[in-house]
Amino acid sequence: MGRYVVRRLLQMIPVFIGATFIVFMMMYALPGDPVRALWGERAPDEAQMAALKADLGLDDPILLQYWHYLTGLLQGDFGTQISSRREVIDVIGDALPATIRLTVLAFTITVVVGIGLGLIAGLRAGGKTDGLILFVTLLLISVPVFVIGYLYQTYLGVKWDLIKPTVQDSEDWGQLLLPALVLASLSLAYVARLTRTSIVENRRADYMRTAKAKGLSARRAVTVHLLRNSLIPVVTFLGVDLGNLATGAIVTEGIFNIHGIGNTVFHALNSREGSTVVGIVTFIILVYLVVTLIVDLLYAVLDPRIRYA
Amino acid sequence: MSIEMTKAEVPGVPLLEVRDLHVEFHTRDGAAKAVNGVSYTVDAGETLAVLGESGSGKSVTAQTIMGILDTPPGKVTGGQVLFRGEDLLTMSEQERRRVRGDKIAMIFQDALSALNPVLSVGYQLGELFRVHRGMSRREARAKAVELMDRVRIPAAKERVNDYPHQFSGGMRQRIMIAMALALEPDVIIADEPTTALDVTVQAQVMDLLAELQRDFHMGLILITHDLGVVADVADKIAVMYAGRIVENAPVHELYKRPAHPYTRGLLDSIPRLDHKGKELYAIKGLPPSLTAIPSGCAFNPRCTQARDVCRSEIPPLLDVTEPDGTPIGGRTSACHFWKETIHG
Repeated sequence: MGRYVVRRLLQMIPVFIGATFIVFMMMYALPGDPVRALWGERAPDEAQMAALKADLGLDDPILLQYWHYLTGLLQGDFGTQISSRREVIDVIGDALPATIRLTVLAFTITVVVGIGLGLIAGLRAGGKTDGLILFVTLLLISVPVFVIGYLYQTYLGVKWDLIKPTVQDSEDWGQLLLPALVLASLSLAYVARLTRTSIVENRRADYMRTAKAKGLSARRAVTVHLLRNSLIPVVTFLGVDLGNLATGAIVTEGIFNIHGIGNTVFHALNSREGSTVVGIVTFIILVYLVVTLIVDLLYAVLDPRIRYA
Repeated sequence: MSIEMTKAEVPGVPLLEVRDLHVEFHTRDGAAKAVNGVSYTVDAGETLAVLGESGSGKSVTAQTIMGILDTPPGKVTGGQVLFRGEDLLTMSEQERRRVRGDKIAMIFQDALSALNPVLSVGYQLGELFRVHRGMSRREARAKAVELMDRVRIPAAKERVNDYPHQFSGGMRQRIMIAMALALEPDVIIADEPTTALDVTVQAQVMDLLAELQRDFHMGLILITHDLGVVADVADKIAVMYAGRIVENAPVHELYKRPAHPYTRGLLDSIPRLDHKGKELYAIKGLPPSLTAIPSGCAFNPRCTQARDVCRSEIPPLLDVTEPDGTPIGGRTSACHFWKETIHG
């Protein structure tokens, strides 16, 4: 177990280097110039611009720039924003709490509603409730998130005036509920369908027949024997999905005007702030790697047949 | 009348009696008649072997007794299952649940899939005591260790927290037996308990089962397609074909002189040392589809002695007698020509 964790941690190093390298190169390949952008509509002073570029190290060969970035990163230096002259780490720090709150809320909705619907549908497989849940989840999967987001915003927020259409205060969980629901809609649809399939498959299993033969109540057979077996594939999906929620936040935060990581990276992309984009993406990658490791360890808790060597 | 009140043996009433049971399965090809009027009884301390090929209805009958038949597609269309004279089929689900596992328990064929893979064997054994006897987790665990000792699992105390996949096939089947035995039921139904095991382990498990049955004075219904398993442990045998019982006999009587062509076919197809070098006998043809059981005697298309009457009339279970007419205890046969079959 300990050796397994060490090996997994070591594996993160090449993944980390590779991922940052790709993102760095992609930012470089994008047209546009963050230094020129400082002048906006006005014609820039060429001499001043050249000096600034040299000062920021943007004249160096790209590989050298990457090397500087990577060594800085290892010392905890995520770089500096060109336009605002702020440390990227501070920018992330400001945006993070809103995104964490949004993600936690969305994840909770995904788990509770997704598994709940999947369980109901699976136990009534072939019935009307099952059909309805399958239809609704298919709808959620096929309609893009931004469409769902605007629909919710327009109807729930504006026309029927049930919820505030945008988020004024990201510390208010009530205001975050709607965007979290939008963010969770795709994942919960997948989780519901995955749970349903798993339940349907397992409820006819031999051990369920044994549970019945032992004289257990239906409730106990489901909660103790069926659910735990059925949730094994779902947990794997949830782990991967937690990373996807962070990506999905880019669109959702844009729609609802939440000042989180997603919004920040979106603006940084527009103004070609390479260090900010790479910094945030690197941060998301790190979170993703750690979460996947935790999920894989959790997997062994759920399924004793899995042993890590 | 509750089950508890009739705990004592009632004279004249069998411990468990299946009476004219009919079970159908709903399939795309119409109703599959899996069980067509099966009757048998088991008393305390008695072992009944139910013999038959796959699809003969032996397991479906057992599942109906246990009340674990999947409904739908299965459906009981007639008959009774009497436990100490009380019909289990008309009980409420809650009453039946109290019988299951407690009064009547079942041993399944493949212990690896019949045990829950993600729960420790100690938990799965202890669960019975917690649900039926309201014991605490700790007491239940102690009981589980006791049971594992009883079925002779080495180092039970250390292994109680292990998971099913960590045991060998024979040990797993012992755990299944322990689970069935846990609450000291009156009847145990063993559905091909040794089929999934190595031959050497089969004998050990069978011996253990027979020993425990004697010690606890239980009724045992042993479902099998293996004539070799039956000979040593069973008291009486019911042979099933296409959802019907075709022959009833005390075990040694049946081996000595079968009274139904199907039983004889089964006995003849056992490989024997003195037949070395000769071709192995096999009953020709296949068991019938349960959606299209042949008219008359279901066995007639495969029977070497079939005549016109076999194709038109269903033979009833008739008492089998000696040539001079003296009855043979406990023998019946559903063959129009049982006399020729048994007396040659």
